[in-house]
Amino acid sequence: MNPITHSPHAHAPVSIGKVMGTVLLALTPATLFGFWLYGWPAINLWAVSLIAAIVGEAFVLRWQQRAVRPALMDGSGILTAWLLAMSLPPFAPWWIAVLGSLFAVVVGKQIFGGLGQNVFNPAMAARVMLLISFPLEMTSWVGPLPLGSAHAPGLLDSLRVTFLSQPLDGMASASLLGHVKTEFTRGVGLDQALAGYYAPLSALWGSRAGSLGESAAVFILLGGVFLIARRIVTWHAPLAMLLGVAVPALLFNMIDANHYAGPLVHLLSGGVMLGAFFIITDPVTSPNTATGQFIFGLGCGLLTWIIRTWGGYPEGVAFAVMLMNAATPLIDQYVKPRIYGRDRKGAALPANKGS
Amino acid sequence: MKLFELRGGVHPEGRKDLSAGRHIRVLPLPKKLFVPLQQHIGAPATPLVNVGDKVLKGQLIALAQGAVSSSIHAPTSGVIAALGDFPAPHPSGLPVPTITIESDGEDKWIARDEAYDPFALTPEDIAARVGAAGIVGLGGATFPAALKLNLSRNSGVHTLIMNGGECEPYLTCDDRIMRERAGQIVEGIRLIAHAVAAKEILVGIEDNKPDAIAAMQAAAEGTPVKVVVMPSMYPMGSEKQIIQVLTGKEIPAGGRPADIGVLVHNVATAYAVQQAVCYGKPLISRIVTVSGGAIMTPCNVEALIGTPVQELIDFADGYEQPAARLVLGGPMMGQQFTHTGVPVVKGTSGVLALMQDEIGQAEPSPCIRCSTCVRACPIGLVPLEMAAHIRVSDLSGAVDLGLKDCIACGSCSYVCPAHIPLVHYFNYAKGDLAAQERTKLKQEATRKLAEARNERLARIERERAEAAARRKAAREAKERAKQEAAAKAAEEAA
Repeated sequence: MNPITHSPHAHAPVSIGKVMGTVLLALTPATLFGFWLYGWPAINLWAVSLIAAIVGEAFVLRWQQRAVRPALMDGSGILTAWLLAMSLPPFAPWWIAVLGSLFAVVVGKQIFGGLGQNVFNPAMAARVMLLISFPLEMTSWVGPLPLGSAHAPGLLDSLRVTFLSQPLDGMASASLLGHVKTEFTRGVGLDQALAGYYAPLSALWGSRAGSLGESAAVFILLGGVFLIARRIVTWHAPLAMLLGVAVPALLFNMIDANHYAGPLVHLLSGGVMLGAFFIITDPVTSPNTATGQFIFGLGCGLLTWIIRTWGGYPEGVAFAVMLMNAATPLIDQYVKPRIYGRDRKGAALPANKGS
Repeated sequence: MKLFELRGGVHPEGRKDLSAGRHIRVLPLPKKLFVPLQQHIGAPATPLVNVGDKVLKGQLIALAQGAVSSSIHAPTSGVIAALGDFPAPHPSGLPVPTITIESDGEDKWIARDEAYDPFALTPEDIAARVGAAGIVGLGGATFPAALKLNLSRNSGVHTLIMNGGECEPYLTCDDRIMRERAGQIVEGIRLIAHAVAAKEILVGIEDNKPDAIAAMQAAAEGTPVKVVVMPSMYPMGSEKQIIQVLTGKEIPAGGRPADIGVLVHNVATAYAVQQAVCYGKPLISRIVTVSGGAIMTPCNVEALIGTPVQELIDFADGYEQPAARLVLGGPMMGQQFTHTGVPVVKGTSGVLALMQDEIGQAEPSPCIRCSTCVRACPIGLVPLEMAAHIRVSDLSGAVDLGLKDCIACGSCSYVCPAHIPLVHYFNYAKGDLAAQERTKLKQEATRKLAEARNERLARIERERAEAAARRKAAREAKERAKQEAAAKAAEEAA
């Protein structure tokens, strides 16, 4: 029996696996740069995240009696764990990565019904869970120790860092945003707090404390441009998020430069770059029209800046993304393309014979 | 000329080079022709012949019925072999009423009414000749052409758009007819323009057909016909889209092109109109592209209506490799078929035998809401949301999202990375809605009948009661009169 198939009898050479593969490819330069910058502990953490996500997802799929292979092979779980790993402090202990990855794929994704069903970005949900549950581990940063440099931990030391939670002596350092927040509580203004702590150019090249995704800002940007060029994502959400952060930062910086950091500081620190190009472009949890995506991105950027500036946490990308994820169904409800032959409200256009 | 923006659209691989270089060749006369009574939108035609009748080429064998219908003519001379059911060129392959003609090999024409000066004819006469020739839209919609001319003339048309887009991959039948018969097409276009009194005449041709553009431009030299080169994009050849690109206007939802003073016809239809008006030749053949990776020698043939598809495949030297799928029409909107004995009909633009890698089919996976379909939709719909509603049988939700505006072009299905058969969902929903509509109408009719019956019964009852009352009153009156008479008589007696 030959089953009859509906048209079209042709298909563009695309698949979900290819989409995910392209995103992973776009992440690779930033990741490799991060590996070089933070050495073996970062590699360990990345590997542990991925393994935990794959094993956890396979277990849950099995439990739900669903096909394991196709769901794992689409690469979405790997991408989630990868993005999470890029947002963690590189010297964080193994269980942070495992807990985060499991939370992301099990609670963040599978409990909602699997791929395409989740409301919140799984990586950001996991990061928020980790940050409020384990604030110490999630804010213990180290400065860059490039592979092969004098103080870089060897393979054995790195295993101790990752698996036995033995911090390297004297290596602890605060992230830029954390440092500024701490200095503010001490009554120190921006001009002093940033002095000797921040140079925009070196920030661009990652020579400061931060996560893989934060330090490799320039490679994240390149990866994002690659995704836009390959039409995997559109420019709307990323540009809107960068504007949402940069515009208020610029305005307030012009009003009081000692109290409000400028746009460059904001754009190149924390998760803004990773968020703009790889997190808020997650199709599942973002609106499905170009206008909707722009509004979504703008909201993510604005909320990030507000949380950073007036909130209790030094960094706000994950919170901002989750808040906007919750607003996505609402945006989709109200922002729809105009239908051919109808006006914006859906009424038929008037007949017009013209001349 | 300034072109306007088309929203969405996709760029499927053209594969027109397979057959574009091949001249139109006339298919050898088949022994038997199977001519279905319905090859058009509207009511089927009624046969005028009986089994055993001898018919001549071009003789009317089935007459149009009602307002929307089209007549059918004998494609060749011969004997009516059967009047009965034969598999339809449709995915179901279900039998439909068909006239079977056994060819006598002479291919002898019936006496034809030729017009020496077609432009001296009135618009009404042109439309009448087009109607008598059984011409339908050859672009695929198969709407009766004469009806469209009359409707457009009555409501007034200022722009006539001739569709030479041919945006479906593989198909080159319009390309070839424009290259080889441009003169006749331009004359047909001018006849159509004359029939509807159009002021502006635009022929839209996609830029992937440079030879057709050159031929049409040469033929249109010195006439009011203007050839416009359009970018190659699917679905450029869709009525709504070609109007949008050439005029910047949109057909109001639920309306017709005439609502904005536009009439759209296919270039192949113009050729058929010219043949009918000038030479009295009814529509009994058409150009068909035989192509696809599984076909040995892809080509363009002029086939008589009713020719079994198998003869076209044989003419193209058969299969090079076993075909994974057979399609009538283009790959984007064409229909799969399995039985190669089905006939070519007026709307058959292509016969495709496709390989697995050309189809690119894969198991559907979950929707990741990537909204590629939203960007591809030329209408401005949100296909992923519509499909989500239809999956849970919320058809009214899908209608609210614009299901009825969907033109089923297949752009969304084509680009979906999850390989979700989106158009299939939409057509299923449209079919289900139509069925619901019919059920509702039926229930409505039943209810009206029942109410009428009750009313009738009540009326009869009432009338009976009234009659009884009248009789009673009459009887009483009589009685009273009698009594009075008796009393009077008694009085008088006393």
